[in-house]
Amino acid sequence: MARKTKELFLKTADVIIENKSYLTELDAAIGDGDHGVNLARGFKKLKEKLETESFESRSELFKLTAMTLISNVGGASGPLYGTAFLNISKVISEYELSLDDLIEVSEEAIAGIQKRGKAEAGEKTMLDTIIPAAESLKNSRANNLDLNTALNNCLKAAAEGMENTVEMQATKGRASYLGERSIGHQDPGATSAYLMIKTFIENFLK
Amino acid sequence: MVNILIISHSFKIAEGTKELAEEMKQADIDIQIAGGTSGGKLGTDADLIQEKLESMDSEDGIVVLADLGSAVMSFKMVKEWLPELKQKKIKLADAPLVEGAVLGAVEASLGKTLDEVLAAIEKKSIINKNNL
Repeated sequence: MARKTKELFLKTADVIIENKSYLTELDAAIGDGDHGVNLARGFKKLKEKLETESFESRSELFKLTAMTLISNVGGASGPLYGTAFLNISKVISEYELSLDDLIEVSEEAIAGIQKRGKAEAGEKTMLDTIIPAAESLKNSRANNLDLNTALNNCLKAAAEGMENTVEMQATKGRASYLGERSIGHQDPGATSAYLMIKTFIENFLK
Repeated sequence: MVNILIISHSFKIAEGTKELAEEMKQADIDIQIAGGTSGGKLGTDADLIQEKLESMDSEDGIVVLADLGSAVMSFKMVKEWLPELKQKKIKLADAPLVEGAVLGAVEASLGKTLDEVLAAIEKKSIINKNNL
C-alpha cells in the first residue's frame, strides 16, 4: 500500500508544481501572491525526499508530507496543510480504504486546518472546498451509495465549493485586508485544495 | 530575565526591530529573531522558530512578538511540540511588533516578570501616536 501512496504523493506534487503560476496568479489578486510558489517549493522538496527515501507505511508517508510542507512552504498553507496531513497520518488505515475511512480522513483534515486557522465554512478559504467534499462523502454513506459514485460526487462537491468562493468575502488571512474587494476572485487556497482532492480521487478511481 | 523572540515575514523587519529594541535595553537580555524563509524570501521558517524556542533560555520566560498570519500560526504550532513546562513560559504578546519589542526590551531588562512584561506591552496606549 505504501508504494501506491507514494505514487499518489508524487502525482500530487507534479500537479501542484504544474499549477504554480495559476495559484500564484489567483493569490496575487487578493493576497500576497505567493501561494503557488510556496506550495510548489514544499512539494518539490517532498518529491526529492520521496524519490530518495523508502517507506513502510501510508502513515509514514503522510507524516513525511506533513513535516516537509511545514518546514518548506513558508506561508500559512504550510502549517495548515501540514497539520491536516499530520492528523491524517494518525488515523490512516494501511488496508484498502472504505468510504468510512475516507470520511474519517476528511474529518481529521478539517479538524487540523481549523485548529490552526480558526476558520469556518464561508470565509473564502481552503475549507470551502474541503468541507463540502467531506459533507458529500457523508451524504453518500447516508444514501448507501457505492464507493465510486461517492468519490465522483465528492469531486463535484469540491469543484462547486471552490467555485463558490468567487462570490465570498474573505474574513481570514491576508485577503481579509481587502474586505469587499476580495469578492469576485476565486480563492487560491480553495483551488489548491481542489487540485489535491482531484488528484487523490482520480488516482483512487484509476 | 525575560527574553524576547521577534518573528516577522521579513528578515529586514525582524533585524531592524531587534536593533531598535537592543538600543533601549537596560541590562543584558537575549533578543532573538526569526525573520523570513530559509531561502531569504518573505514568509515564515517554522524550523527556525522551533530552533530558537528550543535554544533560548526560558527560565524566566520568553515573550514572543509576531507580525502576520503564518508567523503567528507557525509559532503556535511549534510551541505545541515543546515540553509542557517550557510551553507555559513562552507567551505570544497581543502587541504591535515594533512598539512591543522596544517596550518589552525595557521592561524585561528592568527585571520584570513574564506577566508584567506582557501587561505592559499589551496596553492599548502602546499604539497611541497623536498624544505623545
